[in-house]
Amino acid sequence: MFGRLTWAAIPFDQPVVMIAAGTVGFVIFCVLALVTVKGWWPYLWREWITSVDHKRIGVMYIFLALLMLVRGFSDAMLMRSQLAMAAGHAHGYLPPEHYDQIFSAHGTIMIFFVAMPFVVGLMNFVLPLQLGVRDVAFPVLNSVSFWLTAAGVLLVNVSLVVGEFARTGWLAYPPLSEIAYSPGVGVDYYLWSLQISGLGTLLSGINLLTTILKLRAPGMGYRQMPIFCWTALASNLLIVASFPILTATFAMLLLDRYGGFHFFTNDLGGNPMMYVNLIWCWGHPEVYILILPAFGVFSEVVATFSGKPLFGRRSMIMATMVICVLSFLVWLHHFFTMGAGADVNAFFGVMTMIIAVPTGVKIFNWLFTLYGGRIRFTVPVLWTIGFMVTFVIGGMTGVLMAIPPADFVLHNSLFLIAHFHNVAIGGVVFGVMAGISYWFPKAFGYTLNERLGKAVFWCWFFGFYLAFMPLYVLGLMGATRRMQHYSNTHWQPLMLVALAGAILILLGIALTGVQLAVSIRQRERNRDVTGDPWNGRTLEWSTPSPPPAWNFSFLPQVDRADAFWAIKQQRGTAQDRNVKRSYQTIQVPRNNPTGFFLAFFAVLLGFSLIWRIWWGAGLGLLGAIAICLIQAWRTDGEVEVPGEKIAAFERLHGPKESLA
Amino acid sequence: MHAPELCLRGIAISSAAMLMASCQEGVLDPHGPVGKAERVILYDSTAIMLAVIIPVIVLTLLFAWWFRARNTQARYRPDWEYSGRIEMIIWSIPALVILFLGGIAWTGSHDLDPPAPLAESTAPLDIEVVSLDWRWLFIYPHERIASLNRLVVPAGVPLRFRLTSTTVMNSFFVPQLGSQIYAMPNMVTRLNLQADQPGTFEGLSAQFSGDGFSDMRFDLVSTNADAFKDWVNTTKTKGGALDVGTIEELMKPAKADGVQTYGEVSESLFDRILSGHLAAVSPQRGQ
Amino acid sequence: MSAAEQALVTADAVPLSLRGPAPKRVVAGYGFWLFLLSDIVIFAALFAAYAVLSGENAGGPTAAELFDKKHVLVETACLLASSVTCGFGSLAVQSGDRTSTYFWMAVTFILGATFLSLEVGEFSHMLSIGAGPSRSAFLSAFFTLVGTHGLHVTLGLCWLIVMLLQVATLGFPPMVRRRFFSFGLFWHALDIVWIGVFTIVYLGAHL
Repeated sequence: MFGRLTWAAIPFDQPVVMIAAGTVGFVIFCVLALVTVKGWWPYLWREWITSVDHKRIGVMYIFLALLMLVRGFSDAMLMRSQLAMAAGHAHGYLPPEHYDQIFSAHGTIMIFFVAMPFVVGLMNFVLPLQLGVRDVAFPVLNSVSFWLTAAGVLLVNVSLVVGEFARTGWLAYPPLSEIAYSPGVGVDYYLWSLQISGLGTLLSGINLLTTILKLRAPGMGYRQMPIFCWTALASNLLIVASFPILTATFAMLLLDRYGGFHFFTNDLGGNPMMYVNLIWCWGHPEVYILILPAFGVFSEVVATFSGKPLFGRRSMIMATMVICVLSFLVWLHHFFTMGAGADVNAFFGVMTMIIAVPTGVKIFNWLFTLYGGRIRFTVPVLWTIGFMVTFVIGGMTGVLMAIPPADFVLHNSLFLIAHFHNVAIGGVVFGVMAGISYWFPKAFGYTLNERLGKAVFWCWFFGFYLAFMPLYVLGLMGATRRMQHYSNTHWQPLMLVALAGAILILLGIALTGVQLAVSIRQRERNRDVTGDPWNGRTLEWSTPSPPPAWNFSFLPQVDRADAFWAIKQQRGTAQDRNVKRSYQTIQVPRNNPTGFFLAFFAVLLGFSLIWRIWWGAGLGLLGAIAICLIQAWRTDGEVEVPGEKIAAFERLHGPKESLA
Repeated sequence: MHAPELCLRGIAISSAAMLMASCQEGVLDPHGPVGKAERVILYDSTAIMLAVIIPVIVLTLLFAWWFRARNTQARYRPDWEYSGRIEMIIWSIPALVILFLGGIAWTGSHDLDPPAPLAESTAPLDIEVVSLDWRWLFIYPHERIASLNRLVVPAGVPLRFRLTSTTVMNSFFVPQLGSQIYAMPNMVTRLNLQADQPGTFEGLSAQFSGDGFSDMRFDLVSTNADAFKDWVNTTKTKGGALDVGTIEELMKPAKADGVQTYGEVSESLFDRILSGHLAAVSPQRGQ
Repeated sequence: MSAAEQALVTADAVPLSLRGPAPKRVVAGYGFWLFLLSDIVIFAALFAAYAVLSGENAGGPTAAELFDKKHVLVETACLLASSVTCGFGSLAVQSGDRTSTYFWMAVTFILGATFLSLEVGEFSHMLSIGAGPSRSAFLSAFFTLVGTHGLHVTLGLCWLIVMLLQVATLGFPPMVRRRFFSFGLFWHALDIVWIGVFTIVYLGAHL
């Protein structure tokens, strides 16, 4: 009746899990109770859950990512503390069966449910504003994408309490991930939650790509487009081109597990090496999907706070697109040690190095943007300088491992772990944090508390170095990744230093929460009245903070890059711009619950498939189809905002002169 | 703005200290030609890249500090956004570095290709490696002996490895001798290593393979020629039998539990394991 | 491009990229086209898997033994013909002609359904002789590649029914026209993928 699901699926005998689940459950209950008691449900439903506004969806993505950062980081703390203890004959407090799930969940959550939502959320919020348009190409699809990602999040977290998670590492290599070696539901949780959220990501990629290529303000050609939009273009091109590979590969593994197929099994002709190739054909573009928008954030921040245009804009754009293309030609560097032979290894090694060239160019371009500037050391600038200093170290170790014989002694060691955390934290996390503090006032109408923001930065900065520099050393000493314990007691002091670093980062994360709370309380003091708190250069700063649902009352006419800066320069020349304008009616997409309900049925479908509850899966599928059919017949997708209402809004939130 | 610079200096010093500590074991303390060649590559490449990275970091901090808004001495150039000369330099520097390192990558990949035989001063010793759940079996095909969880080899003799797995992917790695290579089911990979002097070196699996992964360690014991001959003879007389039945027993999942030796090894056992003509290839792992 | 649009372009020297947000019709078609490209990437991965595994028949039935060229020829003819009729149907949609739309799309449906039933027949025959997807890696790859194409055809047929119901209930508002355009793209793309399948799987078996 319930497939493989029984009461035994809940780990009543594991206190760590039960306490964690109990705490989380209690917090969720309190939040839900608070919302109910305060009567906030209609507001939440109307303004957030069924919203198809890119600004709201962007904020929800980032909120989701912050939540999952806490979950993923808890896994990291468990791992660090275990390794700090488990030296010599000690075996720590996490037996292998749990530890294996923890590091698999840590990687999966951090990449798919923290980094991706952070980046997609920023792109969602910023792109239409920077492009000078009203919303993304497909607003309802945008909501669907977000809720499918949330569905994936839910499934992954349910695995903590009902059943288990994968014990295979975050990429689930076969044969280990095949049914013969992972007969439990862990790998199924992994596969289905990622298939569901992967669909959301793919749809988001299509949406944002269409937006950038087909929806821009009049006069904004490719050369006038902000640099963040260029990096978003490259990132979304990569999403559309690479995520289907992930979908297909996971589908093949699912067929192996559910249908007895033999794509990657040990018998009857299966080929596990093919999985490794396919998954990294996706996996390498994935890391560029994450880093390119972060690069875009840094470009915007450096230019804005130096008070000068980005240096070498054209070569930045060229470098971005070169990285985009080259990212498909390097995947084998993730498994030089599989024995592909000298020519193949050398080719991929050289290609990997070539990709370092445009990346190096970017660093120099940022450097020379600082040169001759008048730099204000706001929080986003701190993150940027921190990035420039940290990322180059990670890049160096990456190029080092791109030399196959060097990789032969460093592959899968803690040196590798240190390298990718170096670029992921120093690059992606720092970039997202810069972006959040940069665009927060635009989203919410007030700036974040600067002092706490700086404290958060320093915690992350020093925490990172403390946590990961020892790992470089440990890797050179021969320590491999995914160890649950180790016999060499020399390594323990370094593990303790790493634990200290992790605690410092934990402090940074906690301070982020404090910063948010304090900033909300201080919001009147830090109101952004002008819409342009940083003296920005791009179009998003020409709107009020927060912008109205329609973003721009008039689509701005653009004729050069850094469009808003040009407009501000022209304001100095006294032209009577107080022309009485007649505001046209604007069509704004109506709220739509399709995304939320689709996600509900997706969770039902996924959970049922995981536990082999076939009737539940059927129900989920039928429900999803029904929701799609209802949406297909919806003819009232938009609501009209009459010109008078826009005029009233403009009078209230002025003083914007016209941008046309 | 000296604080960040001081901090960075502090970090550099402690990093150097940690690095020196790491020089006494692991990858930076190789005991064979492969590992030594790889260490040279590590040092040379790092040095080349540091020559670029360190100035970049210094310049970043310098520019950030000098061009801070409150510094009235710094010249504000709000329209300076392009310089052909600088563009040429900033494309050339990474390109040149990469050209150089690319050369190292190309020659290094060919010289240190795992299956490439080492310069032979004496006849090489063939060893067949089988990764099990979660132990390592070492078969000496010419001597017709085998050893579980310990690899005894003669010093100064090139070792020719053929590797496979009976279950999932593993990676055979002795950090102080050099390169690792994957051991995969239904496949043979090849590796050549050599231990220059007698000594004991740690070996492990570098590819996660399940619950018993952390214990999947072995010692590579390198001895002089006579001691090796003695060990072979002792094993022939004292070791157990390694045949199809024993292999099937060993293929059942179990965590590493001490060393075993085998004095009678069946003919072409490795090839039979490779072709999968033994037990059901995918044994169910118990919960 | 219609004559009117042509005149607009030559008369108006502003490049397309500078004219501001594109109209909904263009945006919808473009987005769907991007989706199709991503779908083709899925097929590319399945083709790659098939290429790697096509020789791995584990002592079981081989491609040469299993695939009948005549059978595949009929399937191909059905599918290609259905693309032609779909094209006529698209013209009918453009001119807002209900009867023609129903007729041509019905013929398209019948041809597509014929293709599917032939394919299902082939699959069930293979299952009955022990040549199912769990027999060998080659067969896993075959069933997945060809089966995914068949699944897309099935989804297309369902979509076509929904579209015809939309015509019946809503007529031909811009929304329905946009969706028919996307359907046409989808249907023709499936044809292109089938050419690949036909060539690599069925013809490739007899090389």
